[in-house]
Amino acid sequence: MQENNGNDIIKEVTSGEYKYGFYTDIETDKIPKGLNEDVIRLISSRKGEPEWLLDFRLKAYRHWLTMKMPRWPNLKIPAIDYQDIIYFAAPKSRTTEEKGGIDPELKKTFDRLGIPLEEQKILSGVAVDAVMDSVSVKTTFRETLAELGIIFCSFSEAVREYPDLVKKYMATVVPYTDNFFAALNSAVFSDGSFCYIPKGVKCPMELSTYFRINSANTGQFERTLIVADEESYVSYMEGCTAPMRDENQLHAAIVEIIAEKNAEVKYSTVQNWYPGDSEGKGGIFNFVTKRGICRGDNSKISWTQVETGSAITWKYPSCILKGDNSSGEFYSVAVTNHYQQADTGTKMIHIGKNTRSRIVSKGISAGMGQNSYRGLVKVLKNADNARNFSQCDSLLLGDKCGAHTFPYLEVDNPNAVVEHEATTSRIGEDQIFYCNQRGISTEDAVGLIVNGYAKEIINQLPMEFAVEAQKLLQISLEGSVG
Amino acid sequence: MLVIRNLRASIEGREILKGINLEVKEGEIHAIMGPNGSGKSTLASILAGRDFADVTEGTVKYYGKDLLSMAPEERSREGIFLGFQYPIEIPGVSMVNFLKTAVNEHRKHKGLEPLSASDFLKMMREKKELVEIDSKLANRSVNEGFSGGEKKKNEIFQMAMLEPKLAILDETDSGLDIDALKIVANGVNRLRKPDNATIVITHYQRLLDYIIPDHVHVLYDGRIVRSAGKELALELEKKGYEWIKTGEENSVQTWKPGMS
Repeated sequence: MQENNGNDIIKEVTSGEYKYGFYTDIETDKIPKGLNEDVIRLISSRKGEPEWLLDFRLKAYRHWLTMKMPRWPNLKIPAIDYQDIIYFAAPKSRTTEEKGGIDPELKKTFDRLGIPLEEQKILSGVAVDAVMDSVSVKTTFRETLAELGIIFCSFSEAVREYPDLVKKYMATVVPYTDNFFAALNSAVFSDGSFCYIPKGVKCPMELSTYFRINSANTGQFERTLIVADEESYVSYMEGCTAPMRDENQLHAAIVEIIAEKNAEVKYSTVQNWYPGDSEGKGGIFNFVTKRGICRGDNSKISWTQVETGSAITWKYPSCILKGDNSSGEFYSVAVTNHYQQADTGTKMIHIGKNTRSRIVSKGISAGMGQNSYRGLVKVLKNADNARNFSQCDSLLLGDKCGAHTFPYLEVDNPNAVVEHEATTSRIGEDQIFYCNQRGISTEDAVGLIVNGYAKEIINQLPMEFAVEAQKLLQISLEGSVG
Repeated sequence: MLVIRNLRASIEGREILKGINLEVKEGEIHAIMGPNGSGKSTLASILAGRDFADVTEGTVKYYGKDLLSMAPEERSREGIFLGFQYPIEIPGVSMVNFLKTAVNEHRKHKGLEPLSASDFLKMMREKKELVEIDSKLANRSVNEGFSGGEKKKNEIFQMAMLEPKLAILDETDSGLDIDALKIVANGVNRLRKPDNATIVITHYQRLLDYIIPDHVHVLYDGRIVRSAGKELALELEKKGYEWIKTGEENSVQTWKPGMS
């Protein structure tokens, strides 16, 4: 039995296929393709939204029409026809809390993804919000969390149940004017997660959202809002997958984090959207705006991301360090294999005094993959004693891939200390052979070396994610050597 | 256990090995000596499966199996160990993790369960003592920042961990001071068993003061030009490789002591 399990894992690790590429044939309520004000009104009415939210969407849409897609990233993005996308798709029979229970097909889907939606099956204390296409289908452990005053629910529900909280915080970190994709998201966003940790509460379990794109021709535009009130703590994780398809699909999300005085938020992502095939066909365009603000003194926000999926990744999880003594962290591993492209990094904006930030970025390029780190460290005039440390490493496998680093520094305070280190290395044939000669196969050797290289980041992940992330790194680089 | 017959190999069209014949039996220590460029390291690489040289002719049988058709990791799991002349650094991969992976691959190959973490660490401790390796080394990344001597000692430590049937030590003595040399040699001697064998490849006779070979072969210009007992090494040391060169020109078969 033990041995079988061992073999299964080995097989899993070396098979190298995208495991989550299946499609669930489930009746889906879709609106027609295309984008205009009527579509936005339709989305809003489907979700039974209040007037103020519809107004917000329409304003965002009108602003979006005036904007152009950013051309500054080091990415080759094919033209996207925004009229050819379905902006709302919902599985017809999802769980409603009133009905109790969950549609068996949906349950099966999430079981296959390794996300059990029944609380008794979840061994480790992780509460899950499961989002399929445009809607949240189930949020677990809500009652347990509610006893502590923690709100963890889908964004749509939050709009209905806690409109004041949503109004107070939504779009305060990422306004709809922020950028092209943020404006688009603000106009058409469907679902996502909302969490609110009240004053003085340390959230006793990991909160997580699992995003699944299922329907064809559909874009996913979710919004996540995390508010950590004074003296609170929460660790939040996000996972994502999509079926294998020949055409590209768009995912344009917004994540906003607010940390009040003495609060700490840890946000971890294992991004495993379908990366496209080995020829570069298909895959998700992942154009995401993630930003947190350390509003209160002594607050802390930490981003950790393991990016293995997507055909194209464009994202810069950032921290605005407004409170005095606040700190921001960004830990990232981004893999690009085959024809994947990534332009990812962070922004650390030091506003408060004695603010600290730390950036550790590890890029891994293989095949024809192109990997860019882009990071801004900005120290404002009044940010006395601000400190930043940045480390950007690149690892290359093969000679057709690329690694690029674009660090930007804007320092307006003379006593700021900003450090930047960068390295580039290559997995050599001699390293592989050395491992081979000790009995380690080439695939395992690559896994060992890559996981060694990414260890500092993986160690930041919650236990539940760390093991998965290690396997994922290895699978993502399958076939990249020899 | 190992039978090499008429092995010929080229690198980029240039013939490096020109018909090697060698037989190694269990329990034996063979020394292969020869000047730089004679093909010693190429021979070691071919036996371990590094594919920069093309084998153009000949066979290598290892316990009756065709060694040359086996993948390098298969050869390792079947008991072939190469002590590298220049051990490779692998930053970020701890020795513990590296060896644990390797040892468990070997165990899996033998149909054994993987070692538990505590059993593995116990094994590491024992082997470290056996080969007198500084225990700090094991906590660092594979060979990263090791001195030349530490790297070589680390090779012997790995050999102790993997318990090979056939160890090929490629110039393990180069760059070692006398103390390190003794540690390496002691390790090899302690790991000697009736059913394993070692091929020591060396340029100098010095190492053979501590590892006493059963057979000494002189490799010159891609051929084994002379094979004899351990006394050959001493003679070689005394007379230098020039002696062999002239010997070869005058036909190796008819060579007699004092003919130079």
